[in-house]
Amino acid sequence: MDQLFNRKYIVQGLFIVVALILLGKLFYIQIISDKAFSSAESNVLRKIYKYPARGAILDRNMKVIVQNEPVYDLMVIPNEVKPFDTLGLANALEITIEDVRKKLKKAKAQSPYQSTFFERQISVQSYARLQEIMYRFPGFRTQDRTIRHYPDSIAGQLFGYVKEVSPDDIEKSEGYYKPGDFIGKSGLERSYEDFLRGEKGVINTLYDAKNVAQGSYANGKYDINAVSGDRLISSLDIRIQRLGEELMKNKVGAIVAIEPSTGEILAFVSSPGYDPNQLVGKDWGKNYMSLIANPYRPQIVRPIAGQYSPGSSFKPVDALVALQDGAIDPNTTFFCPGYYMAGNHKVKCEHVDGTINMQRGIARSCNTYFCHVFQNIITKNGMKNQRQTYAKWHEQISKWGFGQKLGIDMPFEKKGIFYQADHYDKIYGKRWGYTTVISQAIGQGEITSTPLQMANVMAAIANRGYYLKPHLIKGIGDKNVVKKEYVVKNYVGVDEKYFPIVIDGMRDAVNSPWGTAKESQIPNILMCGKTGTVQNPHGKNHSVFIGFAPMNNPKIAIAVIVENGGYGGSYAAPISSFIVEKYLTDSIKPRANGYTVKAFAETNLLPALIDKTKKFKPTRLDSLKLKRADSLKKVKDSLKVKPALLKQTVANKLKVNQPDINHKPVTPK
Amino acid sequence: MQQQGNRFFFNVDWITVLIYIALCAVGFINVYASIYNPDKATGFDFGSSYGKQLIFVITSLILGLSILLFDGRLFNVFAPFIYGATLFLLVVVLFVGRNVGGNQAWIPIGSFRLQPSEFAKFGTALLLARYVSTFNPKFRDIKSIVIAGLIVLAPLLLIMLQPDTGSALVFLAFMFPLYREGLSGYFLLIFLGMIVLFIADFLVPTYILILILTTIGGLFIYNNRRKQKIIISTVLVTIIAIAYLFIVKIAYEKVLAPHQRSRIELMLGLKADNKGAGYNVIQSQIAIGSGQVTGRGFLQGTQTKYGYVPAQSTDFIFSTIGEEWGFVGCSVVIGLYMFLLLRLINLAERQRSTFSRVYGYSVACILFFHVFINIGMTIGIIPVIGIPLPFISYGGSSLWSFTILLFIFLKLDSNRMGFI
Repeated sequence: MDQLFNRKYIVQGLFIVVALILLGKLFYIQIISDKAFSSAESNVLRKIYKYPARGAILDRNMKVIVQNEPVYDLMVIPNEVKPFDTLGLANALEITIEDVRKKLKKAKAQSPYQSTFFERQISVQSYARLQEIMYRFPGFRTQDRTIRHYPDSIAGQLFGYVKEVSPDDIEKSEGYYKPGDFIGKSGLERSYEDFLRGEKGVINTLYDAKNVAQGSYANGKYDINAVSGDRLISSLDIRIQRLGEELMKNKVGAIVAIEPSTGEILAFVSSPGYDPNQLVGKDWGKNYMSLIANPYRPQIVRPIAGQYSPGSSFKPVDALVALQDGAIDPNTTFFCPGYYMAGNHKVKCEHVDGTINMQRGIARSCNTYFCHVFQNIITKNGMKNQRQTYAKWHEQISKWGFGQKLGIDMPFEKKGIFYQADHYDKIYGKRWGYTTVISQAIGQGEITSTPLQMANVMAAIANRGYYLKPHLIKGIGDKNVVKKEYVVKNYVGVDEKYFPIVIDGMRDAVNSPWGTAKESQIPNILMCGKTGTVQNPHGKNHSVFIGFAPMNNPKIAIAVIVENGGYGGSYAAPISSFIVEKYLTDSIKPRANGYTVKAFAETNLLPALIDKTKKFKPTRLDSLKLKRADSLKKVKDSLKVKPALLKQTVANKLKVNQPDINHKPVTPK
Repeated sequence: MQQQGNRFFFNVDWITVLIYIALCAVGFINVYASIYNPDKATGFDFGSSYGKQLIFVITSLILGLSILLFDGRLFNVFAPFIYGATLFLLVVVLFVGRNVGGNQAWIPIGSFRLQPSEFAKFGTALLLARYVSTFNPKFRDIKSIVIAGLIVLAPLLLIMLQPDTGSALVFLAFMFPLYREGLSGYFLLIFLGMIVLFIADFLVPTYILILILTTIGGLFIYNNRRKQKIIISTVLVTIIAIAYLFIVKIAYEKVLAPHQRSRIELMLGLKADNKGAGYNVIQSQIAIGSGQVTGRGFLQGTQTKYGYVPAQSTDFIFSTIGEEWGFVGCSVVIGLYMFLLLRLINLAERQRSTFSRVYGYSVACILFFHVFINIGMTIGIIPVIGIPLPFISYGGSSLWSFTILLFIFLKLDSNRMGFI
C-alpha cells in the first residue's frame, strides 16, 4: 500500500515481545520457582499433629520402669482468636493477664495462621477448669500428649531425659522434627530415640481466606495416624538396680553388673543419682539447673563416663596375658620382700610374703609379684626389644576392651586411657623400658577404665575367654529384636586353660582367710573377685571391686567403684557381695561379720570439697612416684570412721568448697 | 452479494469469531471456577455470577451477530453521534453514577449497571477512524496531531475525573493506530522514554539520572557538532527530560492518590506489604505460581476455591487460569490473544478503506492494552490497575463493549470489497 505499511510489523513485533515477557514471567513463577507452591500450601493447609506415645521400657522381669502420663497443651491459632475474657483464661491457667497477653503476642509472632503453643503442659486441674469454659475462647484448643513417668524413681542417668527439640535438632534431623516435638536427649531415650519416638500423626485441614475450616485435604489421603513408639525390654533387673542405688547413697561412684553369658547389663548405678521424674514436664528447667549446680555432679553417667585407674583389679588380666604370652607359667614364683625395686624406685607392697605364687599373689594382691610379671613380659626378648614387647602387650590388653569404647547402647561412652608405645616414644624418645611404665603392671597411673570396662573384664574372665558387648536393651518392639552386634562373642585372646589358676586366685581373694575381700564372703555362694585400691592424688583412695559369681557357671559379673572409699575390701567388695547375693538368691542372709545393707547405705562417703579458689596444679606424673604414694598402709579402714562425724565435716566444708569428682587422670603434659 | 439469504454474514472472518467464542468459553469456565464453592455445589444457578456470565455471553453473541446485520456504512456515518453519546454518558456518570470501589463509573439501569467508559472506547475509535479517513492528515502538522489528540483526550480526561485511571490509561492505545497512519515514531519513543524515566526516577537517585542524561546529550551533540539545529533540539530535550524528573517527583506526591502510590511502589519492589495493598498481587502470584506446569485441575485450585485472591472473577480472573490450568493453560490463553491480535492487524491491513483500517488497529491495540495490563498486573510486572481481561473477566458491560468493539470491525471487514 504505502511505506507506512511496514509499521504493521513494528506493532505486531511489539505484541509478540510483550507476550514473551508475560510468558517469561509466568515460566519463572510457575515452573522455575516453587516458592508460590509452598506459599499456597501454607495459605490453605493447617496441620494438626497427633503426638504418639513414646515406647515404654520394661525391666528384664517385664516390670514397667518407664511409662507415659497424659498431659495437655493449650494451643492457639492467633487469627481465629476473637476478643475474649482474658481474666477468665488467666484464672483457669493460674497465670496473670499480662502473661496471657504476652503469650498471645508470642504465638502471633510465631505464626498467625498455624496452631501454636500457648501454654505447655497445663496441669490436670487447669485442664478440667478449661474444658468447661473452652467455648468462650475461640481459636484456642487443647492438645493431649504424653510425658514420661518413672514409677520407681531410679536410674535417672540411665534413662536420660526427653525434651522439646531445639532448633539445632530440627536442623540436624533435616526436617523430621518440628517445633514442639519431643526428642530423647540423653541416656536410653537418646540412643533408642528412633524406636521410642513412634510416628507422629497429622491431620491436614483446609482453611479458606476467612479462616474457616473447609474440611480435610485430599479426603484425608495425606493424613497419618499416630503410631506409638516401640516398647523396649531392658536387661536391667530392677531389684538389684534399686539395691545398688540404695547402697551407693551418699557416695560417689558406680556399679555395673553384667550377665556374662549374654552381655546384658543387670545393674547400672551412677551415684549420686537423681529422680528421673524431676526431668519431666514443666519444671524441667528449674530441676535441671539444680542438678547442674549440685557439686557432686549427678548428671555424669559414671558407669560409662567416669574414668578410674583399675588399680589392683587389673592384676587378673595381667596374669592371664602373661600366661598366654609364656612370660610366666602357673607355677612361677617370685620373692616379695615387701617391695619391688624398679631401677632405684621402690614399689611398696601391703605385706611381706616371701616366696609367693600366682594364686596367692592374686588373692593377696601382691604388687611385687605383678611387677615381676610385667618385667618378665616386657623384657622377655631382651632389654633392647622392650618397645616391641610393650606394643605386643598393649595389643593383648586392648583385646579386653581397655582404651576403647565397648559400644554400649548409651550415648557419650568414654574410652579410658591406655597409651600405645608411640606415646612413650614421644615423651622419652627411645630410652624407655618397663621401669618407665611399671605402674601399669598394677593398674595404676597411666591407665584408666570405665566401670563398664571393668565389669566387662569380669564377664570375659567368667566366660573363660570371651565377652559379649555389654548392652542395656535386650528386646526392641513386639518381636524383641536385639541389635546384631550384641550377640557376637568377642574373644580376648587367652586360652581357656590359663583361666582356672587365675580364677582360683580370685576365689581365694574372697573366700580365704588371707584374701583381700574376705569380709565379703557370701553365704553358700562362691564369688570370685579382685579388690583394687585406686590411688587418688586429690584425697582418699577409691575403693574398687570386680568379681563374678558363682565361680562355676557364672550368672553375674560386677564392678563397683566407691570414690574415697579407701581399700577395695572395705566398701566396693561388700557392696558387690550384697548385689550378687540379691541377684542370685533374691534375698540377703545375715553375715557372720555383721555387715548389713542398712549400715552401708547409711555411710556417707561424699568427699570433702576442695576450695574452689585454690589453684590446683596438676603435677607432671611420674608413674613411679605415684606408685610410692600407692602405699595403702597410710589409709585407715574407712569403715571405722563414724559416718555421722564424716557427714559433719563434709557439711562444714560444703559451702565454700568444690567437689573432687573429676577423675581426670593426671597425665604427663 | 450473490446469495441474498446469506448477505449479512457474507465474508465474515469466522476464524476471529471462533477465537472470540473460545475466549468467552474460557471466561465462563473460569468465572464458574472462581465462584465455585464445594460446600454449596448445587445445580446450575442463573442467579449466581456464573449464571449471569452465561447470560452475558449469550447476549453478547446475539449482540455481535446483530451488529453483523447492520450496514457497515452506518458506523462511518454515525461515528460523531456515537462519540458524542458516549462523551455525554461520561459526563452524566459523574453526576448520577454509582460509586463502586472508589470509582464513579457506573450508571444503574434496572438491575444492571452500565459502565460508560467501556463504550467510550469504540466511540473514540470510530470518530478517530472517521477523522483520519476523511482528512487523511498524515500527522505531519501540529493541527492534525492536536485534533486527533483532542478526540482521544476528551474521554480520557472525563474518565480520569471518575477517577478511573485504569480505564483512562487504555486510551493511550490510540497512539498505535495514529502511528500506523503517519504519526512520527518519536512520539512512541518519547512516550517510552517517559515511562522509563518515571520508573528510573524511583529506583536511581535523581542526580545520577541527571548525570546520565547530560552525558548522553553531550555525546549526541559532539557527534553532530556541525549541525546547529540538532544541537539546539538536543539541549532542549535534555533540559525537558531533567525538568520531567522533578515534575514526576512532585506530581507523584501531589497528584497521585496514596493507594496509587503504594501500588506503584509495590510493583517496583520499593515496598513489601503482604497484608494491605500488596495482598492482591501477592495472593494472585501465589495462586498462579502454584499452578506449576499443568495446574491443579478444574475446580481443584485451593487458592481459588477458598477465596484467597480478591476480585478473582473480575480483574484477577487470570489467577484462576494460572492456578487451575498451569503454565500450559496460561500459554494457551496468551496464545489465543496473540493469534487474535496479530490476525486483527492483518485484517486491518487488508482493508481498502482507511476508516476500517484505523478502526481495526484501534480494536487490536485496545485489546492489547487490556491483555497486557491485566495479565501483567496479576503476575506483578505492572502496578495494580483495575481493568478487565477482554472476553474472560466477569461482567456484562465489559463483555458487551468488547463484543461491540470487535464485531463492528468484523462487519467493516466483511464489507472490505465495497466502499464505505
